[in-house]
Amino acid sequence: MTLISNMIIPILVLIIIIHGFIKRIDLYDEFVKGAKSSFPMITTMFPCLLGMILGVNIFTKSGVLDWFFSFLKPIFSYWKIPFEILPMIVMRPISGSSTLAILNGLFKKYGPDSLIGTIASVIQGSTDTTFYVLTLYFGSIGIKKIRYSLYVGLFADIVGIVSAIIITSMLL
Amino acid sequence: MVNKIWGFFIISGIVFCFFTGNIKLINDEILNCTKSAIDMIFKIFPVMALWLGIMQIASSSGLLNIFANKLSILLTKIFPDIPYGHESLSFIASNIVANMFGLGNAATPFGLKAMESLQTLNNKKDTASRSMITFLVLNTSGVTIIPTTIISLRMMYKSITPTAIVLPCIIATSLSTIAGLILDRIISRRIK
Repeated sequence: MTLISNMIIPILVLIIIIHGFIKRIDLYDEFVKGAKSSFPMITTMFPCLLGMILGVNIFTKSGVLDWFFSFLKPIFSYWKIPFEILPMIVMRPISGSSTLAILNGLFKKYGPDSLIGTIASVIQGSTDTTFYVLTLYFGSIGIKKIRYSLYVGLFADIVGIVSAIIITSMLL
Repeated sequence: MVNKIWGFFIISGIVFCFFTGNIKLINDEILNCTKSAIDMIFKIFPVMALWLGIMQIASSSGLLNIFANKLSILLTKIFPDIPYGHESLSFIASNIVANMFGLGNAATPFGLKAMESLQTLNNKKDTASRSMITFLVLNTSGVTIIPTTIISLRMMYKSITPTAIVLPCIIATSLSTIAGLILDRIISRRIK
């Protein structure tokens, strides 16, 4: 499993570079051009991240989140799921930068290769922020009645999160 | 939506701490969040630049287009309401391909174009059409092959196997996408 995972990125890079070579594009110039486009992304990202770290840290560190969702604790311990990933699960559909902030905190505390770190990584990597996508995409074309889209989106999130937990627990 | 949630987080967190007496903790948290944020940006930034650079090569050489064309055939099955060869299919395909390679910001413009194009097929302009909802399900379930940000964050925390999560991510994301599409089909048939 680890071997296959480790091979995916080198193979992808190789394919991209070879294809670019055959098509005779300026490989290096194109690379620099693309890398440069990360600057505007970072500058737009920073205020969002800062705001989300502030909000999420106050919310999670104060203990109000655990208190709020403490009724879920027996379910978590029954399935041997670490309770620490709860903030991740709750926040995932709402905001991408907030879960990234939570992920950062979990890595700092437990390390990326721990069970908690791995589950959190897979949750972050396999789902997307439903609320954000809905607001942005429907907002851009003026759709007011979103019908059943929110339910289906959240359902997909839950399936993603549950399978992330099951798959990771099976592997470790 | 996000505005209200954000406000709720801060208010409830601080008020809760007044009750539990943990006010020093919150004080530190407020003052330290700037450091956490700048640390994180510095961790993510170089890796993002790396992948955007590599993906720029793939998009200039036409490799992303080849993927997108292959996908369009599959997409006509997922979106039965879109007439064959309609331009929205190619936007949807480009959006999915960009998402697959972890190019969130390249994916968004394609996604917005796709929505605009789907709106031209929509009869009720203020109501989401069936194809739009299907497209959003594809998007929110997050079809990612290379979760670049997470890999970079794992590397920064000295993970022994930073890319070990790639395969589990692909499996989990496929399951959630399939589940979302199935539920979407069931509901849209019922409503008809």
